[in-house]
Amino acid sequence: MSKAVNISENKQIRQVIAASSVGTLIEWYDFYIFGSLAPIIAAQFFPKTNPTAALLSTLATFAAGFIVRPFGALVFGRLGDLVGRKYTFLLTLILMGGSTFAIGLIPGYGKIGFAAPLLVLLLRLIQGLALGGEYGGAATYVAEHAPPARRGFFTSWIQTTATLGLLLSLGIILLTRQSLDAKPEVSIAKFEDWGWRIPFWVSILLVGISIYIRMRMKESPMFTKLKSEGKTSSNPLKESFTNKSNLKMVLLALFGAVMGQGVVWYTGQFYAQTFLENICKTDFGQSRTILIWAIVLATPLFIFFGYWSDKIGRKWIMMTGLLLAALTYRPIYKQMIEVTATSSALVQDGLTKVERSLTPIEGKNYGLLTMTTYTHFDNGILEKQVVKDTLYNTDQKSVKPEKKMSRTLPQNKYWQMVMLIFIQIVYVTMVYGPIAAFLVELFPTKIRYTSMSLPYHIGNGVFGGLTPFIALLLTTIYTQDALVGLWYPIIVAAVCLVIGSLYINNRIDKNVND
Amino acid sequence: MNGLKKIAGLIWMLAAPVLVYVLVSTAISEINRNPVIDTKIQWGVFVVVFIPIAIGFFVFGWLAFKGEYSQLPEKSEDIR
Repeated sequence: MSKAVNISENKQIRQVIAASSVGTLIEWYDFYIFGSLAPIIAAQFFPKTNPTAALLSTLATFAAGFIVRPFGALVFGRLGDLVGRKYTFLLTLILMGGSTFAIGLIPGYGKIGFAAPLLVLLLRLIQGLALGGEYGGAATYVAEHAPPARRGFFTSWIQTTATLGLLLSLGIILLTRQSLDAKPEVSIAKFEDWGWRIPFWVSILLVGISIYIRMRMKESPMFTKLKSEGKTSSNPLKESFTNKSNLKMVLLALFGAVMGQGVVWYTGQFYAQTFLENICKTDFGQSRTILIWAIVLATPLFIFFGYWSDKIGRKWIMMTGLLLAALTYRPIYKQMIEVTATSSALVQDGLTKVERSLTPIEGKNYGLLTMTTYTHFDNGILEKQVVKDTLYNTDQKSVKPEKKMSRTLPQNKYWQMVMLIFIQIVYVTMVYGPIAAFLVELFPTKIRYTSMSLPYHIGNGVFGGLTPFIALLLTTIYTQDALVGLWYPIIVAAVCLVIGSLYINNRIDKNVND
Repeated sequence: MNGLKKIAGLIWMLAAPVLVYVLVSTAISEINRNPVIDTKIQWGVFVVVFIPIAIGFFVFGWLAFKGEYSQLPEKSEDIR
């Protein structure tokens, strides 16, 4: 009899994890495709020649990711503690999926003018709000179904979704970019013209499936019990942030765990990609497949560290991740520069190739000269430099030529790079794998959704989401050191490590049913 | 250990206004150096977002200094 009950319980928890994880994964996918396609979206909707459109572009990037997410956490967290987890994160899924699909439908700036960037900004804000409400609900929902001794393991499945959402977005973008025509360059041109819309449209299919699954789920048993007893909070925001006892736990969660986790997450998966492309000058396709390999290899470790946290506690796994990140980021990134360096390599004579093409512009006295130089180095790196210049048929001087350089790595260096990114994602799995269980155990059921969502989205959205921008800003201020941008995640991780080590308990809460 | 938690609380309290000063002064100098709309928005967002966080950091330090973190709650009744 008890064996039958166990089988039924296991089946139920598997369904809960699947339903919650698929929806959360799709929300992350929706959120990341905008970021991954930012240059194309900017060209379509936010022409740089128009200052107002450029302003809206900056707002869309900053506002949605960093300001709106914590507001989403407050709005939907409150709703989740008032009306229930199930309907709240069903609503966030519908909002996210609907706005993503709609972005794919908006005509470009050239067709409808200012309405285009305004609509994109509005939909991006809705995306940010929805994301702010999703994670806390999914993590709470799974944790409230999980047995105490396996809470870390079960919630770690939710923790894989942010990384898998990024992986899915990279995969669908690469696949679409390469499959619109038999000729690669034509396929890329079609993708930049209209094909970029496909990843946005794909979202509606994924969201439809996820809504169907979530509709069949039941409300969290702990929330249902509280509701039947009339013990739900009447004002979760007030209870979460004006009650000193709870506020101190919110602040501890933020400064002792989530802010460090946020910077480690964004450094390992976003700054690494920016660094690969902008500093190491790695080829567009290669830099993405490097990240994809590293993610695929490291993702099972989210589950491992979640599982392990049920055995030894959450705290020291997260703190070790922060410590390793703070100590090793600079050596890792220094090695990334060395792997892709060509300064000490010798040019292989006879293999250098130069291609020139001149495209006349009809009715004008100038044409576009494109000069592509392929240089092979003895360390196996192939460097491609494209210089585009305006060539006048009078003696008028050309404007400043546009230069682009990229490096294609040989197999050995490619896998070295995969390993260097993999190490960084291992740190991500250490800090992120156990954190959902840690946050759930920190707060009582009746204000859990609200209380855990806000620090999570300040830590992730603000501290983490700003990592690539702050790192880039530091490199523009202190131009002598290519690694100066790393001081931001290193300092935040180090402060978080000290606070977490000093103030956080390693205790696993046996009873979150209160 | 509790003594160390309180002393560290004092450090967090002092760090908060220093962070605000560094943030605002850097924002002003960067906006003056490159007064375009992108710079203004970026630094404006940093200042607007990080000042409330710095206030939260100060409150965290104050609570730690008062010994509020000497004993963390074991169950939800301790939080209510």
